[in-house]
Amino acid sequence: MGRFAKLVETVNTLDKRWIFLVVGAAVVISTIFRLTFPEIPTPMVKAIFEKIESLPAGSRVLLPFDYDPGSEPELQPMADAYVRHCAEKKLQFYFIALWPLGQNMVDATVSRVLNAEYPQLAYGHDYMNFGYKSGNEGVVAVILTDIKKLYTTDAQGANIDSIPMLAGISNIRSFDLILTVSAGYPGLKEWIQYAGTPGNIPVAGGCTAVQAPLLYPYYPGQMVGLMGGIKAAAEYEALLLEAYPKFRGDKTRFQTALTRMGPQTVTHLVIILFIVIGNVTYQILRRRRGQA
Amino acid sequence: MTRRTIPLFITAFVGFVLVIAYFIPHPPFDSLREDFSIFFDIIASVAFILGAGNLIKMHGNRISRREEKWGYSVVTVVGFLAVLVVGLTKLGNPGGFRGSSVTAEGSWFQYAYEYVFRPCSATMFGLLAFYVASASFRAFRAKNLEATILLLVAFIILLGRTFVGAMLTSWIPDSLGFLRIPYLAEKIMTVLNFAGNRAIMIGIALGIVSTSLKVIVGIDRSYLGSD
Repeated sequence: MGRFAKLVETVNTLDKRWIFLVVGAAVVISTIFRLTFPEIPTPMVKAIFEKIESLPAGSRVLLPFDYDPGSEPELQPMADAYVRHCAEKKLQFYFIALWPLGQNMVDATVSRVLNAEYPQLAYGHDYMNFGYKSGNEGVVAVILTDIKKLYTTDAQGANIDSIPMLAGISNIRSFDLILTVSAGYPGLKEWIQYAGTPGNIPVAGGCTAVQAPLLYPYYPGQMVGLMGGIKAAAEYEALLLEAYPKFRGDKTRFQTALTRMGPQTVTHLVIILFIVIGNVTYQILRRRRGQA
Repeated sequence: MTRRTIPLFITAFVGFVLVIAYFIPHPPFDSLREDFSIFFDIIASVAFILGAGNLIKMHGNRISRREEKWGYSVVTVVGFLAVLVVGLTKLGNPGGFRGSSVTAEGSWFQYAYEYVFRPCSATMFGLLAFYVASASFRAFRAKNLEATILLLVAFIILLGRTFVGAMLTSWIPDSLGFLRIPYLAEKIMTVLNFAGNRAIMIGIALGIVSTSLKVIVGIDRSYLGSD
């Protein structure tokens, strides 16, 4: 066997540890150099942004945080962007969680975004947290007709009747938008099926990239828009940067998705390169075997 | 006899009421639907206890039998019990048992979440990129026509998800804009994927309807287990 044929054979059956090494290097290098690339917002992302922009101050937005630390790197930037946008628009937002660790995600977001950037917003007046309840879509079905049947206290244990921004609200039908961050079941799909469609409440949201293709069929009939993965979050950040110049300053705080898209883009290119190499070597070997 | 008849009756009654309530959302069906939803939430809460019991039983058996890789089971059980005890007794909580919430800053429970669970979960998620790269290298080979089509679609989607896709085809004139990679990627996702997914979803929904009807009318009794 010639040297070329040997090389082709070696590359064709490349040990996966070499692939891991190259991918690791691609991620590390692009992270160190903070590579960022321009993002062009897609119609589904624009639709969510425009929906929030169209809401008058004081509109009620339900923010279900149905994810956990496993998907936090992909979903947290969009959660932060939603909360910032709602705060800028002076909307009233209500956090809720169908995932046990969604509560922790809410706490972290409130601490990092609201307490740090919008200290003027008061709990109970501008935002509140229902907290976590078990029951998956059962919870959604109940609060569609009566919130107080399931929630007698908020996440901190305060009586629900003592929260000013809940005065006059008996169910979520009076909400102007349900804006979810979802990593699976229960998540965006359940909010569409058990709240959005039966209650005629606009639903939009973000999800992990792998989940997005399963949710596309709900757009645009039952879903205002959809943000799939970190790329969509980066597009949303690009829209926020354009509309609110104040976010152009601190990249580590306001452009986390755009920053994370750098390593993802480079990794995608590395994967494409490996696919090309794999196919070239495969075709060479096939022709050689055919000739033999 | 009664052991099976009563659960069958409850299932049929609740099932029919929920179906009727969807089409007739008026008293008494609407309030019954709400009550049944709350019952479901209560049962779901109890499921946590069952889940915990099952976890201990399964891993306890693996440890006692010294099955292969039983050491991982020890880590699971110890981790589970440690967090459970810290959470229930509010061990290491600022202000003690009657003090602040178990998830308050500075509590041991919060430390376990912040410095153990969170980084471990993120690491597991991060490892996906490596396995996807390795699997793509081996799986996406143009071995036949179907594999070649799959490869081409994967290529367009991968490129379409990056700025490179737009950059590579930006020279294409507007009259041939439908050949640009971002446009193609979007059309694949919003036309081909839409159609395929809708067909699958409708198929699944019809399957769920038929299975649910079988359960409600008592034809399918597998959920009752064996006598």
